[in-house]
Amino acid sequence: MAATQEEIVTGLADIVNEIAGIPTEDVQLDKSFTDDLDVDSLSMVEVVVAAEERFDVKIPDEDVKNLKTVGDAADYILKHQA
Amino acid sequence: MSPTNRTVVVTGIGATTPLGGDAASTWEGLLAGRSGVKPLEGERFAELPVRIAALAAVDPGDVLPRPLARKLDRSAQFALIAAREAWADAGYTAKAGEDEKIQPNRLGAVIASGIGGVTTLLDQYDVLKEKGVRRVSPHTVPMLMPNGPSANVGLEVNAQAGVHTPVSACASGAEAIGYAVEMIRTGRADVVVAGGTEAAIHPLPIAAFANMMAMSKSNEEPEKASRPYDTGRDGFVLGEGAGVVVLESAEHAAARGARVYCEVVGQGLSADAHHIAQPEPSGRGIAVAMQNLLDDTGLKPAEVVHLNAHATSTPQGDIAEIKALRKVLGDDLDHVAVSATKSMTGHLLGGAGGIETVATVLALHHRTAPPTINVDDLDADVDADIVRDTPRALPEGTIAAINNSFGFGGHNVVLAFRTV
Repeated sequence: MAATQEEIVTGLADIVNEIAGIPTEDVQLDKSFTDDLDVDSLSMVEVVVAAEERFDVKIPDEDVKNLKTVGDAADYILKHQA
Repeated sequence: MSPTNRTVVVTGIGATTPLGGDAASTWEGLLAGRSGVKPLEGERFAELPVRIAALAAVDPGDVLPRPLARKLDRSAQFALIAAREAWADAGYTAKAGEDEKIQPNRLGAVIASGIGGVTTLLDQYDVLKEKGVRRVSPHTVPMLMPNGPSANVGLEVNAQAGVHTPVSACASGAEAIGYAVEMIRTGRADVVVAGGTEAAIHPLPIAAFANMMAMSKSNEEPEKASRPYDTGRDGFVLGEGAGVVVLESAEHAAARGARVYCEVVGQGLSADAHHIAQPEPSGRGIAVAMQNLLDDTGLKPAEVVHLNAHATSTPQGDIAEIKALRKVLGDDLDHVAVSATKSMTGHLLGGAGGIETVATVLALHHRTAPPTINVDDLDADVDADIVRDTPRALPEGTIAAINNSFGFGGHNVVLAFRTV
């Protein structure tokens, strides 16, 4: 069953917490991974791989650069999940 | 920049070792004659001929925040912990620039490791095989590169005068400290964070060292396994951890009113050109390094009262070093209290020069030579005064001490320190 946007944001919050140590409540739709959540380009790859596994979705490298905010990632996953 | 030949002093120390998670607890363990060697538990070690090691007393994962620790190889974790301690111990309260006592372009970092991020390399290869390409960590390269610890320490303190990583196997840590001294002497930096780190306790390096016949197989009595100078010694015991010092030009330290542990007299270097891994049995190369130290620095054998020996507990190496000491110091070796602290810490490879420099600095500071444990039957070829079982007081007045480190490849690094 496909995850809802709310479930995706909760999942991303867990992932960002695990990787960057940011409190889950700070991971909001409008937050930028790089500027607000201490996720650099290397850690972003980890976030993407963890999200792929969690939501059964493929996020090709060329699409990763478009995922600036948590909202961008949530929309992408919502649209592409199996 | 023209050479200035400035005096260099030690203003900060830090360590995380098999005896303790900081310099103070490590020193306490050394004075107590405590062995840090333990059995290696777990299935992955079960088939190895060597199933003992000197594991870090405090796991770095318990000290560093998890988001930071997961991006650092264990060797870089140790280095960062020891460097933070040394930096604070030197009286700096923030990174260079934020703490106005030191500007970034006058600060360097030189941290070395013998093997680099070997556990990251091997663990990520396991990930590749078992979980596939996509799961290999994007942090793998910065974690496994041998300059990773130095680069991470440089980032931590904002070192912009230069960040370096000399590699010479088990002499790496000492070579790093020697390099740092030269950075200050030649005017490239006023302050340098320097030392050595190692984290190689993994089945592959252990199997490889064991197959070289280099390691003790005393699995039944771990705490007795590292026994430099004893007739029953049968090889080194692998240890892990880091030792870091803050070095500073004497005028810079004085200008900010820093506490000074001792002066770094200088270094002597040489290479054996004998064999890729065997020690040269007469100690010829070691003697050249020691003579270079005396010639280049003006250190007098009469001043030297303590020596932290390389002494790894191998049959040949321990004796070659003693022969070199007698050759260069002559009768003056008789007033040198020789300590083999690897009897307690095990051999930290590239970390050894770091933690043994910390031990040597503290020996001068407290005027106490730490003991050598497990010398139950002193080898008759050990023609030197070994400090055995309990610490020994060092004399009053101006005194000097030497720290020796030698590495596979025939690298010899001799560092000397003097009270101020």
